[in-house]
Amino acid sequence: MTDVKGWDRNQMAARAALELKDGYYVNLGIGIPTLVANYIPDGVNVTLQSENGMLGMGPFPYDDEVDADLINAGKQTITELDTSSYFSSADSFAMIRGGHIDLSILGAMEVAENGDLANWMIPGKMVKGMGGAMDLVAGVKRVVVIMDHANKAGASKLLKECTLPLTGTGVVDRIITGLGVFDIVDGGLKVAELADGVTMDDVRVATEATIVE
Amino acid sequence: MNKVYPDAAAALEGLLHDGMTMMAGGFGLCGIPENLIAAVHAAGTKDITIVSNNCGVDGFGLGILLDAKQIKKMISSYVGENKEFERQYLEGELELEFNPQGTMAERIRAGGAGIPGFYVKTGVGTLIAEGKEHKDFGGETYIMETGLTADVSLVKAWKADTEGNLIFRKTARNFNPMMATAGRVTVVEVEEIVEAGSFDPDHIHTPGIFVQRIVKGEFEKRIEQRTVRARTIDGEAVQ
Repeated sequence: MTDVKGWDRNQMAARAALELKDGYYVNLGIGIPTLVANYIPDGVNVTLQSENGMLGMGPFPYDDEVDADLINAGKQTITELDTSSYFSSADSFAMIRGGHIDLSILGAMEVAENGDLANWMIPGKMVKGMGGAMDLVAGVKRVVVIMDHANKAGASKLLKECTLPLTGTGVVDRIITGLGVFDIVDGGLKVAELADGVTMDDVRVATEATIVE
Repeated sequence: MNKVYPDAAAALEGLLHDGMTMMAGGFGLCGIPENLIAAVHAAGTKDITIVSNNCGVDGFGLGILLDAKQIKKMISSYVGENKEFERQYLEGELELEFNPQGTMAERIRAGGAGIPGFYVKTGVGTLIAEGKEHKDFGGETYIMETGLTADVSLVKAWKADTEGNLIFRKTARNFNPMMATAGRVTVVEVEEIVEAGSFDPDHIHTPGIFVQRIVKGEFEKRIEQRTVRARTIDGEAVQ
């Protein structure tokens, strides 16, 4: 694969933050998606949902505020806000499955051009479980994936068909990688935006999925 | 009827047997019934099927039952924090059933509410859907999931009154309220037991009808990921 310019992880997270609209209820996955919270634009008020049972997730605590009873879905200690509420896991997934959450931003191992998503299992390796990922992609109104464009071996993670066991079928709306922003449309992926210094040719070379003009 | 027991071992007396099914509340190590788990460990009960979102960590929470090979099967959504789990699973010593987290929560809620089955779109077209009944509603395909119950539910709440009414605290609530409804016997450990009438009835999270036994515990409340931020003055970190 050719070395190309593009966004690093923080720039990807900053770009993903532009997906947030004022008034949204949002669930952020573990990993790069968590960084999105650092880039919420001024004047945009979003409420972060944590699927272990909290709406209105606050920042990490100061050292003397750490509370073992207050964690996010990544099991990190967090804080509450004036707007926060707590609830059971059943109520949490009623929000998720019931279509009450506006946006889910999560990581992926593979995304196919029809919106299929694989992010929980590699056959032959120890499987840790899907956690809430299958519920999120099935139930949340809009699903945005944020991931590296290529895997560690340099192969495209944007595929014609997923090779790994699926998390959901036809669930992804948009993908943000280091090379740009891609929408799932009829026939393949449409480039919505190119990262700094990246050309359409760079994208074609680095992508297995069909690129629709 | 007195629901308050002097210690965790007494609260489990007569309830444990080899091959039983058990639910244990908690998300990660947050809101786990650590005293009751330790008492199950001390009782040496074997071949337990456990419904719990996770399986503790090595040496703490459900991890201690795993270390003592007391668990036959786990029904969970995520078990990634545990080396001994991985070893037993790969050696074929431990059965594992993955449920999507929301499906698992709803299976427990349904079980406790007397609902034997229900339909969700979670997992349609994935490995989770294999062998399950598919049904269309309004042009969309759903799969049938079944309710879950257990011989005993182990629950952690913040406070109980002597009637068994429960109040949970922050994100330590998680799976605990549904599990309280889905145990044929529900045993709850709390940080404080107060007299009936102390709670505003409007503020009770789980009504005492779901709770048979209560015990006051001592809590370590181990933290898995202690994440903090630095205090700053004019952009400079201070302590």
